[in-house]
Amino acid sequence: MRGFLAAIYKEFIHIRRDPATLILTLAIPVMQLALFGYAINTDVKNIPTIVYDLDQRRAGRELIAAYRNTDYFRIVGEVHSDRELNDAIVAGRAKVGIKIPADFSRRLSTDRQASVLVLVDGSDSSVAMNALNVANAVGLRTSLDRLVESSPAGVPLVPVEIRPKMLFNPDIKSANFIIPGLIGIIMQNITVLLTAFAIVRERERGTLEQLLVTPIQPLALMLGKLIPYGIVGFIETCMVLLVMRWVFGVPIHGSLVLLLFFSFLFLLPSLGLGLFISTVATNQAQSYQMAFFIIMPSILLSGFMFPRESMPTIMYYLGYLLPVTYFLDILRGVILRGAGFGHLWYDAAALVAFGAVILVVSALRFQKRIA
Amino acid sequence: MPSAITLNGLTRRFGALTAVDGVSFAVEEGTIFGFLGPNGSGKSTVIRMLCGLLVPTAGGATVGGLDVVRESEAIRQRIGYMSQRFSLYEDLTVFENLTFYGRVYGLTGDRLQARRQAVMDLTHISDRQHQRAGILSGGWKQRLALACALIHEPRILFLDEPTAGIDPVARRELWDLLFQLAGEGVTFFVTTHYMDEAERCTTVGYIYLSRLIVCGAPKDLKRLPGVTPAGTSRYEVRCLAPDGGSVATQGLPLLRRLPGVRDATIFGEAIHILVDAQVGPEAIRAAAQGNGIARAEVRPISPSLEDVFVTLTALEESRRRPGPPGRG
Repeated sequence: MRGFLAAIYKEFIHIRRDPATLILTLAIPVMQLALFGYAINTDVKNIPTIVYDLDQRRAGRELIAAYRNTDYFRIVGEVHSDRELNDAIVAGRAKVGIKIPADFSRRLSTDRQASVLVLVDGSDSSVAMNALNVANAVGLRTSLDRLVESSPAGVPLVPVEIRPKMLFNPDIKSANFIIPGLIGIIMQNITVLLTAFAIVRERERGTLEQLLVTPIQPLALMLGKLIPYGIVGFIETCMVLLVMRWVFGVPIHGSLVLLLFFSFLFLLPSLGLGLFISTVATNQAQSYQMAFFIIMPSILLSGFMFPRESMPTIMYYLGYLLPVTYFLDILRGVILRGAGFGHLWYDAAALVAFGAVILVVSALRFQKRIA
Repeated sequence: MPSAITLNGLTRRFGALTAVDGVSFAVEEGTIFGFLGPNGSGKSTVIRMLCGLLVPTAGGATVGGLDVVRESEAIRQRIGYMSQRFSLYEDLTVFENLTFYGRVYGLTGDRLQARRQAVMDLTHISDRQHQRAGILSGGWKQRLALACALIHEPRILFLDEPTAGIDPVARRELWDLLFQLAGEGVTFFVTTHYMDEAERCTTVGYIYLSRLIVCGAPKDLKRLPGVTPAGTSRYEVRCLAPDGGSVATQGLPLLRRLPGVRDATIFGEAIHILVDAQVGPEAIRAAAQGNGIARAEVRPISPSLEDVFVTLTALEESRRRPGPPGRG
C-alpha cells in the first residue's frame, strides 16, 4: 500500500488548513437538525377554529367546550353570519368552522336529533383528516353521555370497548420519528459530498496529474482520502446524536455502542457513493449535481418523510437501492424500539454488501483513469 | 555513452487521429534533451507515454532501460516529472509538500529528512520552507516543483515547459540548476517554446504534426542542407532612418520584392533574408532604399534555431501537401 500513510497525512493537513469548511461541515448538520427538528412537525394540535353559535344556550356552549378540551381545536373567534363563517376559512384565519343551529338546545331537550355543521378546510390533508376524526369522536362522545344519563344505572352502554396501547413513542410525538431519520439523511449528504469533492478537486486543480506519475497505488490514494473524511463523518454522527438526545429529548432505547457500530457500517456505502461520483465527474459543479441525484431520492424514497408501505410497488422497491433506507431502519429500530443486532442484522448486511460493491466498482473505475 | 531514453517507432492513435506517428530517437545519459514543436503537435502525448500514463498504440520506448509498457511502475520510481501547470498542493507548505512526495516515493525517517534538506539546499528554498506553496511567486513555485521532482533522486527528469510564465531572472536560475544536475549525470527531457532555451540543450528534437522532423545538436541542425539550401545565402539587413533609428518594417516589403529573395522575416530590429547566392550584399543594399530608409547594413549570418525550425516546417508542409511552393 505504497503512499497510503502519505495520503492520510496530506488529507489531514488539507482539512486543518481549511477550518472554515470544517466548521461549516460540522455546524451545518447540527443547524439543519435544529431547524428541521423544530419545523417538521406532523402533530396536529391547536387547529384554529371559528364558531357560529345561533343557539347561545347551555347545550351549545358545552359542545364547544368539549371541542376545545380535546386540544385539537383552538377557538379563535366567533362570527355572526354564514358569510363571515365562510370568509374566515377562505381567508385562512380558521381551518375549521363550527355552526350550531338555533334549534340545537330545543331539539335535544325534546329528545329529537340535533345536528351541528362542521366545516373543514381540506387543503391540508393531514389537518383535515385529524379534524374530521376528532370532530366525529366528540359528537359520538356527547351523544353517548346523553344516553348514559337517560339510561337505567349499571347497564353498560358500550358493548365493545377498544383499548389501544402505544408500544413505543407513547405520546406519538412526530419529532421522535423524524429526528432519527433526519440523522441518516444528514450523515449521507455530508459524507457523499465530502468525498466527491475531495478527489474531483485534485483533478480540477491539476494535482492529480502529478500524483499519477508517482508510484502511489490508486487504492492507497482512495483509502487515504476516505479514512479522514470517514472520521469527520463519524464525529458528525456523534454530535448529531448528542443534539437529538439533549436538545430534542429523544431517548435512545437501544445500545449506543451498537448504534455507533451501525453508523460506521453506513459510512462504507456512503463514502463509496461519493467516491463513485468523483470517478465520473470532472469538476466540482458536476459532482454537486450528481450528489443531488442521490440526495433527492434519499429524502423521498427512503421512508424518511413518507411511509414506504403506502408507496406504489415500484417506488417501494426502488427504496431498497438506497443505502440510507437500511440505515433509517437501523436508526429507528435502535433509537425508538430498542432493537438489537439480532433484529437488524439484515440491514447491516445490506449496508456492508452495498459498500463493498460500490467501493470495488469505484476502485476499478479510478484505476482505469490512471492507465 | 549509454542511452537514458530510447523511442522506437513510438506511435499513439486516438480513434482516427494519430497524435504521435512513428517517432524514434535516443537521449544520452547526463544530457539535456530539448523537445520542441507547436502546441498540439504531440509533445505531451510523447511525455505521457514515456511516463507510463498512456500505452503506445504501436512501437515502443524504454526509459532508464525499462520498457514503458511492461515496467511502467518501475519507471515511475526512477523518474521525476514537472508539469507545465503548477500541480502541487497550494494549501500545504513547502516542507509539507516535500514530505508528502518523499513519503509517496517510499522515503522515511532519516533518509526522508536528509533528502528533503538536500533538495531544499539545492533549490535554495530552505528559507521559505514554512510558507504555503500557494503564496510563492512563479519562480519559487517552479523551484519547489523541481525540488519535489528530485526528492527521490531520479536519474531522469521530464520537465514540461518548466519556464512558461516566469520572469527572465528566475528562468536563468532554473537553467543554471539544470546544468548543474546534468553535470552530475541526471538526464533531462525538457519541452519549451523558447529558442534561447533550445540553444542551451545538448540535443534538440523538433516534432511537427505528430512526426519528428529533425533531431540533433543545435549547431548541427543549423548546418543541415535543407535549412540553407545549396546556392543560397543568409543575410541580416539593418535598415536605418536618417536619424540612425532602425526601420525594419519599412524595409521588409522592399526586400521581398527583390528577385532572388526566398524568405524575409523580421528578427528583432533587423531583417533576416534567405537569397539566391548570385544576389550579393550590394544588390540587397541597393534594394533597401527609399521608404524613409537612409541606408542599410548587410552582413552574412548563420541561421538561428528559429530559422531552422521555420524553414524545416515549410519544407515539411510542402512535402506533405504538394501545392504552390514558397509558403511559410
